[in-house]
Amino acid sequence: MFPRKSGVKLPHLKSTAAMPPVRLGVPAEVIIPMSMSIGKPAVPTVKPKDHVNVGTLIAESAGPVSAPIHSGVSGTVKKVDTILSSNGSYCQAVVIESDGLQTVDEGIRPPVVTDYASFIEAVRNSGIVGLGGAGFPTAVKLDVKDTSKIEYLILNGAECEPFITSDNRTMLDTPDDIKEGVRLFEKYLDVKKIIIGIEGNKPEAIKKMTEVFADDAGVTVKTLPESYPQGGEKVLIYTTTGRVVPAGKLPLDVGCVVVNVTTIATIARYVKTGMPLVEKCVTVDGTAVKKPQNVIAPIGTPVSELLKFCEADEEAIGKVLYGGPMMGIAIPDPDTAPVLKTTNGITVLNEKDGYKPEATQCIHCGRCALHCPMNLSPLEISRAYENKNVELIRDLRVDICFECGTCSYVCPARRPLVEINKLSKVLVRELNAKEKQKEAEKK
Amino acid sequence: MNKQLHISVSPHIYSKTNTQKIMLDVIIALLPATAVGTWIFGLRSLAVIAVSVCCAVISEFLFDLAVKKPNTISDLSAVVTGLLLALTLPANIPLWQVGVGAVFSIVIIKGVFGGIGQNFANPAITGRIFMLIAFGEMAKGAFPRVDTVSSATPLAVLEEGGKAGFDLVDMLIGTHGGAIGETATLALVAGGIYLIARKVIMFHTPVCFIATVFLFTLILTGDPYTALLYTMGGGVFIGAIFMATDYATTPVMPLGKVIFGVLAGIITVLIRFYGSYPEGVSFAILLLNILTPYIDRWTAKKPFGGDVK
Repeated sequence: MFPRKSGVKLPHLKSTAAMPPVRLGVPAEVIIPMSMSIGKPAVPTVKPKDHVNVGTLIAESAGPVSAPIHSGVSGTVKKVDTILSSNGSYCQAVVIESDGLQTVDEGIRPPVVTDYASFIEAVRNSGIVGLGGAGFPTAVKLDVKDTSKIEYLILNGAECEPFITSDNRTMLDTPDDIKEGVRLFEKYLDVKKIIIGIEGNKPEAIKKMTEVFADDAGVTVKTLPESYPQGGEKVLIYTTTGRVVPAGKLPLDVGCVVVNVTTIATIARYVKTGMPLVEKCVTVDGTAVKKPQNVIAPIGTPVSELLKFCEADEEAIGKVLYGGPMMGIAIPDPDTAPVLKTTNGITVLNEKDGYKPEATQCIHCGRCALHCPMNLSPLEISRAYENKNVELIRDLRVDICFECGTCSYVCPARRPLVEINKLSKVLVRELNAKEKQKEAEKK
Repeated sequence: MNKQLHISVSPHIYSKTNTQKIMLDVIIALLPATAVGTWIFGLRSLAVIAVSVCCAVISEFLFDLAVKKPNTISDLSAVVTGLLLALTLPANIPLWQVGVGAVFSIVIIKGVFGGIGQNFANPAITGRIFMLIAFGEMAKGAFPRVDTVSSATPLAVLEEGGKAGFDLVDMLIGTHGGAIGETATLALVAGGIYLIARKVIMFHTPVCFIATVFLFTLILTGDPYTALLYTMGGGVFIGAIFMATDYATTPVMPLGKVIFGVLAGIITVLIRFYGSYPEGVSFAILLLNILTPYIDRWTAKKPFGGDVK
């Protein structure tokens, strides 16, 4: 264990930790966006009136960094539409009217996996992306060419966001899938050392994983300190291995591959059954939810269906989030916002909690800098931002901020520090582009 | 859904701490010293405190109004400044001088530089120094005591070479000459422990400041008892615990706080022994306030996995 002083202790609020997931009834309609992962949006392969089944390919990957998409319901394609996604950009979406039968596609059969190449191919075809929330296509991450570069496989079971317990449930309910996933990685990626990192607030998951992997000497289960954000990739790598990923480099550059526990379980399930990623376990909780629970829903299910299912009080709702309250993205309209591949939780806050507090003047207390897991100084960045000093912002390395929210959380003046960091990153990118262009012109 | 939802950038939850609560904690931490000071120096102390706090708050209110800024008196920082300033003044000081000092602290040192968090120097300290220079009398060192017998401050006596008549218990409780809030060593320490426990301040600055004053005095005098008298005799405790921990004007990182504390301690002792004033805490802190941006730069954390260019 390599303890660090940064981070912050959060209320866990994991009231659904002991609740096995419940399956949602088949939604009447699913809206499946073509952009659910980092990289290029997938290209629809279906057109209106086409019939699709559960597992049918509806969009193929559009390049090396992209992932195919499959239908989670059986039914008829209603339209291929342009929707406004919650990050504010427009993207294509396939809308499918479900017939309620959930007929499984005839073509679904386990992939033939015999070696490294066929394993990567299988992961690519499964449509699996990083399910912890980042949504990086897993096949791209695993396609390391030279497997000897991987020294550690780190399974991310930190689940450090308040409320969310879906990874916890994966570890408790389908530990054999995780085990099978680890076996696949050991076999095809030649991984020798596996570390499962789980935050100390999940003793049952730690116990379960320790039990399940008792016979595998290569696997260690590490209890992570209860200090947010343990699940941040670079933080996790440091806490489990003591290695620091240099800014701008990948975990692989220090011999690590980090995979979320639910991602690896889903890979194992795909290799076993051939059913691609078409549904997600989503924790629905928050201060405006009467019946918080873990719900399994087809990808594309409108968030409003989940809210209804969990008896969210429509009168009381003030804010609905994809994900947890620290990094979650606010949803403007739950009726049109679907469950995505990366959705592991829906947080529903009441009017009072949804209200964004007003910022007052920075008192220079330094809490943001003291708690930043990346050792950044949000107060300096924010001052440089106000002075429009983009060069200084760049020198302060705002680019390595992963927007965990710790700075804004601890700020006694309620400064919008994450927001300023996000905007600062754009300014730095613009400056870099401008400088590059100037250099090119010189030549 | 037939209703408009809130949309904002993450995070969506916040810690319970806010500026007002922090300032309230500082006020609470100053109460023991205020109470003991009032007991020692009499009810006139309360008049000094009342004038100082009222003038600070009212001048901040009027300043915000004049420059059309959102009103900030509710964050209680003006109360803290007023209270701190009063505690560094003798109880028999003319009240109009107190008022002038408080207004100077708030308007010239805090307001003009942009209000809370933006000032480069501690308003209470600078206000006190302003008064020291403008009104002189304060520095003469005659103060009333509980028995209304005037007595010199320990530092003034020590300056003249005497050290008789000072009892360690008196020094700890504070029953000797000095400013209203600076003599009650134990009460100040209690306030400091409260602030550290509440995570409002870190222990680095006060501990380093006080330890440096003691050790440096010990080196210069060679006598532990004299060093102890020097450490507890002036404004070291109130300065180290309440002034050198001011957020806006002192370093952010623990290492910076250590540097600040040690340097402030050294300068305090140098002024006491070689300067023309018997006391050097205020000047030491003010000087270090000015150096703080540099200390902050020297002690900035290295971004995780990256270098500062």
